[in-house]
Amino acid sequence: MNLTLKIWRQKNANDKGKMVDYKISDVSPDMSFLEMLDVLNEQLINEGDEPVAFDHDCREGICGMCSLYINGEAHGPDRGVTTCQLHMRMFKDGDTIFIEPFRAKAFPVIKDLVVDRGAFDRIQHAGGFISVNTSGNTIDANAIPVEKADADKAFEAATCIGCGACVASCKNSSAMLFVGAKVSQFALLPQGKVEATDRVLNMVKQMDEEGFGNCTNTGACEVECPKGISLENIARMNREYLTASLKG
Amino acid sequence: MSGILNSSIGRKFAMALSALFLMFFLLQHFSINLLSVTSPETFNEVSYFMGNNPLVQYGLQPVLLIGVLFHFIMGFVLEIKNRKARQISYAKNNGGANSTWMSRNMIWSGAAILLFMIFHFNDFWVPEIVEKYVEGKSQVGKDFYAHVVHMFENPIRVGVYVLAFVFLALHLLHGFDSAFQSVGANNKYTKGLKRFSKIYAIGIPVGFIIIALVHHFNH
Ligand code: SF4
Ligand code: FES
Repeated sequence: MNLTLKIWRQKNANDKGKMVDYKISDVSPDMSFLEMLDVLNEQLINEGDEPVAFDHDCREGICGMCSLYINGEAHGPDRGVTTCQLHMRMFKDGDTIFIEPFRAKAFPVIKDLVVDRGAFDRIQHAGGFISVNTSGNTIDANAIPVEKADADKAFEAATCIGCGACVASCKNSSAMLFVGAKVSQFALLPQGKVEATDRVLNMVKQMDEEGFGNCTNTGACEVECPKGISLENIARMNREYLTASLKG
Repeated sequence: MSGILNSSIGRKFAMALSALFLMFFLLQHFSINLLSVTSPETFNEVSYFMGNNPLVQYGLQPVLLIGVLFHFIMGFVLEIKNRKARQISYAKNNGGANSTWMSRNMIWSGAAILLFMIFHFNDFWVPEIVEKYVEGKSQVGKDFYAHVVHMFENPIRVGVYVLAFVFLALHLLHGFDSAFQSVGANNKYTKGLKRFSKIYAIGIPVGFIIIALVHHFNH
């Protein structure tokens, strides 16, 4: 396949940045999207140009590092996949592909397609954990019985890989799907109930301070989430938050 | 509880509560309008009651006005905040791939409804208030029905009303079930609720349109 790529280039956080056109030929439909970018970068290096910076790590859909807004959608046009799992067979010979960084005020661009998603870490630090004594006599989590349905829902919520596609896809740049998942994974389990009030209040406070927008339930996040995290988690967070506000 | 409107979820909750209240009011308004087609006498009686019962006038009416104002103002505030949350927009954005047009354009359907409300208040509410509280006239025996029919003689006005209700339908198509999600109700009833929301969102505005057209062509 021969493709035209329109890629966001930005030298550093302070640079204004712009879209730059590249041609790439002989792309195999079996390549992953990131492999295609690797080939482009080799081409650029051979020509003495600066390679395109983009995030990646596991390249198997589990770490949440890869990002990219491809042809107007987070992680590209496929469903339930991250960019590293996206294959070039989703495109046609002669296509023009727009490749942009995830955009949100809370996710500033560091360079080219790499954005700082540290805001998610700070939200997690604000309450996305349970306090457990790890001095050596830790009780096995399985010692506390959990209803199967709840365990399943908690697990589903916990599959969120923190990629940020929800924020990138949301017209409001809202982080509610991510925070909803992180609140839900504990809210459903007995271990999480102890600190539930503080957790949801602190995480939502941090989310707001980071400058994410307000959710208007468009549902774009749920569609674009590579892990299929459901809007139910946002509704659960809303309930948790309202109960916690009344208490706390 | 303090400062709940300072949090994103608090604002969302308040927006949803005002929406639920307004949707309930809309149903009540619709039921009364329907009377103007089925029974002009009852319509006159109910209109008199709504316009002169102290509980309605001094209790419900202010709550409604506050609800309407709050919903509009908060809608604009949220829109501004949300625009600020993404300072550089995408060169290419395929919103249609993951969300409905209605959900992405609530601000525009809302703005259209606001313009209509100004027009509508000027048609019905302001003259009523002037008549009752400025001129101090009694409304005993007033023919509210004749006034409605008279208002819908003008085809331009009817056109504006029809168009406004199309925007209202678009607004409700996203807003109805969205309000339930915002207050945290997403459960086994959600599927059914979504179906009902479509019936409400299309049925009520179409009903209002039919009533306006009936008066227009019947006078
Ligand atoms: S909720 Fe989905 S889209 Fe959002 S960060 Fe988690 S995995 Fe990514
Ligand atoms: S690189 Fe790890 S999820 Fe894509």
